[in-house]
Amino acid sequence: MIRYWPGLLVASLVGALTLGTLGAVAWRAPIWGGLGSEDWGAIRFTLLQAVMSAVISVALAVPVARALARRSFPGKPVLVTLLGASFILPVIVAVLGLLAIFGRNGLLSTALGWVGLPPVQIYGLHGVVLAHVFFNMPLATRMILQGWLSMPAERFRLAASLGFGSRDTARLLEWPMLCTVLPGTAMVIFVICATSFAVALALGGGPKATTVELAIYQAFRFDFDLGKAALLGVVQFAICAVAAAVMFRVHVPESTGGGLDRAVARWDVHTPVLRGLDMTWIGFATIFLLLPLGMVLLAGLPGLVNLPGSVAGAAARSISVALVSAGLTVLAALSMAVAIQGLRVRRVSKVIEGIGYLSIAASPLVIGTGMFIVIFPFANPVALALPVTALVNVAMSLPFALRAIVPALTEVEGRFGHLADSLSLTGWARLRWLYLPRLRRPLGFSAGLAAALSMGDLGVIALFSDPKAATLPLQLYQLMAAYRMQEAAGVALILLVLSLAVFWLFDRGGG
Amino acid sequence: MKTTLIATGLLAMASVAFAQEKPLLTVYTYDSFISEWGPGPQVEAVFEATCSCDLQFVGAGDGAALLARMRLEGTHTKADIVLGLDTNLTAAAAGTGIFAPHGVELSQLDLPLVWDDTTFVPFDWGYFAFVYDTGIVTNPPNSMKSLAESDLKIVIQDPRSSTPGLGLLLWIRSAYGDRAPDIWDSLADNIVTVTKGWSEAYGMFLGGEADMVLSYTTSPAYHLIAENDASKAAASFVEGHYMQIEVAGKVASSDQPELADIFLDFMISEAFQSIISTTNWMYPAVTPAAGLPDGFDTLISPEFALIYPSGEAAGIRDVALKEWLTALRK
Repeated sequence: MIRYWPGLLVASLVGALTLGTLGAVAWRAPIWGGLGSEDWGAIRFTLLQAVMSAVISVALAVPVARALARRSFPGKPVLVTLLGASFILPVIVAVLGLLAIFGRNGLLSTALGWVGLPPVQIYGLHGVVLAHVFFNMPLATRMILQGWLSMPAERFRLAASLGFGSRDTARLLEWPMLCTVLPGTAMVIFVICATSFAVALALGGGPKATTVELAIYQAFRFDFDLGKAALLGVVQFAICAVAAAVMFRVHVPESTGGGLDRAVARWDVHTPVLRGLDMTWIGFATIFLLLPLGMVLLAGLPGLVNLPGSVAGAAARSISVALVSAGLTVLAALSMAVAIQGLRVRRVSKVIEGIGYLSIAASPLVIGTGMFIVIFPFANPVALALPVTALVNVAMSLPFALRAIVPALTEVEGRFGHLADSLSLTGWARLRWLYLPRLRRPLGFSAGLAAALSMGDLGVIALFSDPKAATLPLQLYQLMAAYRMQEAAGVALILLVLSLAVFWLFDRGGG
Repeated sequence: MKTTLIATGLLAMASVAFAQEKPLLTVYTYDSFISEWGPGPQVEAVFEATCSCDLQFVGAGDGAALLARMRLEGTHTKADIVLGLDTNLTAAAAGTGIFAPHGVELSQLDLPLVWDDTTFVPFDWGYFAFVYDTGIVTNPPNSMKSLAESDLKIVIQDPRSSTPGLGLLLWIRSAYGDRAPDIWDSLADNIVTVTKGWSEAYGMFLGGEADMVLSYTTSPAYHLIAENDASKAAASFVEGHYMQIEVAGKVASSDQPELADIFLDFMISEAFQSIISTTNWMYPAVTPAAGLPDGFDTLISPEFALIYPSGEAAGIRDVALKEWLTALRK
């Protein structure tokens, strides 16, 4: 039992951070009102855009992931890393990059203008979905790619010896794999999009694009109605819980046998048509995801010349935050995964896994305010900035880490668990000789993602941070607020490069 | 050797104790006030040079977030001064009972109106305006109506999450009264999009997404003075421009009431006021003896200064928000 305690501890911390803070806000509320028609409108829009964003992100990610899985070419690991960049950028930077391509004054509109066509109308529901696909397709691609990479080479050998064509392989090998990977991937993206606010508003073109998170924001700062804010926080959790319940129902656990870790060779895909198809998909993803980032780079170059001296300090702080978050996230996710995988009562382990995903369903504003309500009577919130930052960063990265580690750990235990048990491989020995070598890839991915996410994220932290000891994203916002858009673009460039560098450091392109 | 070490240790402790004896004045404010590029660092240096105290700024989002934070902290707050609320928030802020009357002599204020608030002291002010690039918009509109009738594309901020966004709501309401919904109806097709905050909107404007952006009449001064770029201007509207007046108040439960009074006096003194114009890019509440910096003379000066008394602003705000939501949801 003792090896489940760390996981249970992490789960209760995350539970306290998400549900506990919501409770704190509700507890401080003097009155409890109901939901108005405005709120129902916000709920409808939130559901609509989140379902569309999740479905389209996943639908586009499948062929891209398949193409990446079955083709190898020079520079592929670097491309895989770069394709993940839009997911880790601060929202404001990514939106400006996206608009530089798809906006009224963007490259696409300019090109259309040359042939006498009107500019792109980006603002509206389709704009919201486009932006969410831009942010989340990389995540979907990576999650689905992990699914492909976890298929043992022996299956493809067997398939080849049985004379499978690519269609048979797809139906009998790849489709069952996708059935295990897609529901969870779609769920995570749905939840991320369901809690979106600034992107939805900016690209939605106005108050038609009001999401639940914006309604929470309004309840806090416009009406100071804590009861309403807490109620909307509950609504947001409920939306995500329903999505999770639906997805867990569809989820089919994988039960086919393991392999011997040989390099995957594919005999079914060497036709010119399939090669052309794969290259088209990779080309599409590259253009769609990298052009806006290229615009961020271009916009940032002039700003590099006159960067404020404090950037170095901010970068150092950001890197240390990122490294600490990466380490803690891997520890937290692995201990939770061990508990989820090992606990015999399936319902308990599902609850623990569910708690691990709560943080992306929670409103950053509710978390921040709730924590403030809890901490303020006892301590100075600014003095607790560091532990709070670490806790929040870990909680925010945990869902992605769990997504990567839990299935891999389940498979490792399925294949080697009995052998390890018979060798009395427990505790540190099991970690050292079984988990670390077998889980290298998902652990690296989790660490990289946690590092990059905590480097680029502001979210909850702003409430607790010390503006004099700014991190890069905070400095970016400060520069923008001071009209210094060019320097801000320079800082964004540095942030992008550093985030990608720490991600690469741990992940190495998934290799 | 040992004694030297002990003596050094004692000295170090003594100096720590001495540092703690300095009274601490805690000022809550909005984030951009204390950033490296805001007025905060200079204000802190100048005040600490004379007060023999430790001035500590604590950032709390923007003006509205600042008020929310004060409501959460109530009388247990560590704040001695809250700096950065505006007249749309002062009625609600005074209603919390957290603030004490200021007792500052305000006869030297240079505001376009008479200031008779006994709780809050203004430190700067500005007019909301639509800012444009003179190279692109050659024939700027001269009223909200002509803007609405034009093909110009504008980007504005959401009143639910942004101070200028709320300012525009009150601007249109105060200038057009019950005809405000019609103005919003006809403005709807000019609005490219609505953003969460000022930074996104201004960034989108500079990126060419819109012809005009909702900002301040003082915004062109930044480009002129800091970037030597004279291409930005604010459109002057005949119906007048809505004002934002930023204020500070003294917290009633402060354990440093005298020091807080000294700070409020300092806030409208030459030393503080001469920092404001090129760090906060607003008009100082008291024009410094040397006048405003070069470049401010090029700014438009609206004929009418529009503003709701703080008691009325809160009620009108909710009506105006409903009108806005209705018009833009069509």
